[in-house]
Amino acid sequence: MSRGRPTTAGPGRDVAVVAFTQTDLTTEYSGLSEVELLAPVIHEIKERTGLSRFGFTCSGSCDYLAGAPFSFVSALDAVGAWPPISESHVEMDAAWAMYEAWVRLQHGDIDTALVYGFGKSSQGDLRQIMTLQLDPYYLAPLGPDQVSLAALQAQAYLRRCGAKEDDLRAVAARSRAAGLANPHAPDLPEPAADDPYEVAPLRSYDVAPITDGAAAIVLAAGDTARELCDRPAWIRGIDHRADAHALGARDLSRAESARLAGERAGATRAGATRSAGIEVAELHAQFSHEELMLCEALGLSDDVTINPSGGALAANPVMATGLIRIGEAAARIFDGTARRALGHAAAGPCLQQNLVCVLEGDVDG
Amino acid sequence: MPSDGAGDPVGQATQATQATKVDPADPVNSVGQVNHVLEFPGGYTRSVGPVIGRFLTELRDARLVGVRTAGGRVLVPPTEYDPADGAPVTGEYVEVGPAGTVETWSWVPRPRPGHPLTRPFAWALIRLDGADTALLHAVDLGEIDPGCAPPPTLTTGLRVRPKWRAERIGGIGDIECFRPDVTMITDPGRAEYRLRPGRALGRFLDGIAEGRFLGHRCHVCGKVYVPMKGMCPADGVPTTEEVEVADTGTITTYAVNNIPDPRAPEVPFVSAYILLDGADIAMVALVAGIPADQVRMGMRVKAVWRPREEWGPTMQNIRWFAPTGEPDVPFDAIRDYL
Repeated sequence: MSRGRPTTAGPGRDVAVVAFTQTDLTTEYSGLSEVELLAPVIHEIKERTGLSRFGFTCSGSCDYLAGAPFSFVSALDAVGAWPPISESHVEMDAAWAMYEAWVRLQHGDIDTALVYGFGKSSQGDLRQIMTLQLDPYYLAPLGPDQVSLAALQAQAYLRRCGAKEDDLRAVAARSRAAGLANPHAPDLPEPAADDPYEVAPLRSYDVAPITDGAAAIVLAAGDTARELCDRPAWIRGIDHRADAHALGARDLSRAESARLAGERAGATRAGATRSAGIEVAELHAQFSHEELMLCEALGLSDDVTINPSGGALAANPVMATGLIRIGEAAARIFDGTARRALGHAAAGPCLQQNLVCVLEGDVDG
Repeated sequence: MPSDGAGDPVGQATQATQATKVDPADPVNSVGQVNHVLEFPGGYTRSVGPVIGRFLTELRDARLVGVRTAGGRVLVPPTEYDPADGAPVTGEYVEVGPAGTVETWSWVPRPRPGHPLTRPFAWALIRLDGADTALLHAVDLGEIDPGCAPPPTLTTGLRVRPKWRAERIGGIGDIECFRPDVTMITDPGRAEYRLRPGRALGRFLDGIAEGRFLGHRCHVCGKVYVPMKGMCPADGVPTTEEVEVADTGTITTYAVNNIPDPRAPEVPFVSAYILLDGADIAMVALVAGIPADQVRMGMRVKAVWRPREEWGPTMQNIRWFAPTGEPDVPFDAIRDYL
């Protein structure tokens, strides 16, 4: 916490990601309900940490995906909520649930928090369900689907920076190749140059696959973190920001709120164009161009390893995808491949909302 | 339907449910079919407030207005606050458009059920003239086959205007879509004639009606003209000596045509100069039966005649010329006929 940045993260308690689990991420219905998806993940993370109760529990999910109101309540069956636990939920990606848990841990009266997210996109029409998040006056009545809006942004970005569709395919190819090496991600074929447009300029490989899955993270503070984990991934900065909802009021070619969140989380220094010592970044890019835009906004240069897990373009369990980015970044700290890593989550149309979490391992010895 | 096979969209679901029989004992077999619909009967009612309400009311009257911010910018569509700093907007409404400029676009090659158009169209952020922010809407670029790539006319900077619905209710859908400014028209050209071939060409077409190519030999230079005009264009003398030439010949030169022609079997097609065996001047005809990129100067060809019962005094008796498969004629043998 020594960098001279405008802090939202501190001064406060040192809090770390100490464990991360996820299901196999499947591109079709795997025969499991939401609770059945989630239960093994919660069981595994309890075993790994040796904890059966947590100071706070927070989840992220979306009733519109489940097709049922208050679906997060029934998901609590997987946690074991009796006697009553201290619990909360966000109707967002679970990365924002983790943010709430981090804030809760700053209060100082508890030392652990369980965070999880889950989503089954296979049982609805995700592209059109996402239309329901748009304003009901000017946008939703026109019926623009998720991919159509992303393609508007892709076109604006390509036009501003001169990147070509081949650059997008390179992102998809690298993501899918990395996904093949990720035991949790589905195996997707190498992108073909003659792949048809889904919504131009985006081809089908530029669009994250429909995916079902769940993931969980345990946060712990101070000494508890050191007891629970050999190499805790300390949260050195965490921040989230939002752009205007009206697409026509934004410069769609830039991820301005991502830039600001990155700066506030200490990923970049104010006014700098290069990230501050980040070695690995897991970016919540659901479309190829979003990865390029986020690298620009977060000042991630070529020497930063981007999405070694394959990222959302390899597996996109909506409402868990962002949390998985933070989990995968933390896992690089756990296994010693990185000392400083970045996890990013996004929500809303066209990268409207962005959360950046900077993680750091202890210096060895 | 989308390639992800994720099922019918919410908006279409009610109808689908009625048509879909779900076996409760075997729900797995129902995967991929809609068996559950969330829909608020009749839809939510929402108070739109004075700012959005003004915009929608003007829209119903086929006018477009924006609201001015304290900083002087004009927001279209208007919001109650300035998205830049959250400050309340002024009460000043400004008429904008109706024309505007496309700021960015995406192209939908296969529209989905919830989309505003059923044929391929563009989504666009459109900055109406006089506005400082952009409005999302659909742009109709005309009849285009499903699956087609974005048409080259779709560009950032494209000028567009709204197509208003006749029956307007005060919603963003009162604009059916936007359409590009008129920059081009189609000019139909057609004239009708009663052409007569004249004496020499009439005689030639009589031969064609019998499946024969006739020509005239010039008594001065000895050249054979097919079809004949009754004159030698080189010597300027009348010609009368009739000769019959073969319906086989050699391509002296050719062109690949990429514009459709009702006489040609496909595009691209080849029109060629063909020097009939025994003739001294080449005639223009279609070449088919071979890919356009394999046609060669010197290639040997033969007329492909329509069935005899369809023959008349017209060149349409000959569909086209097709390769015979004989070896090509060397260039030196045709160079004088180019």
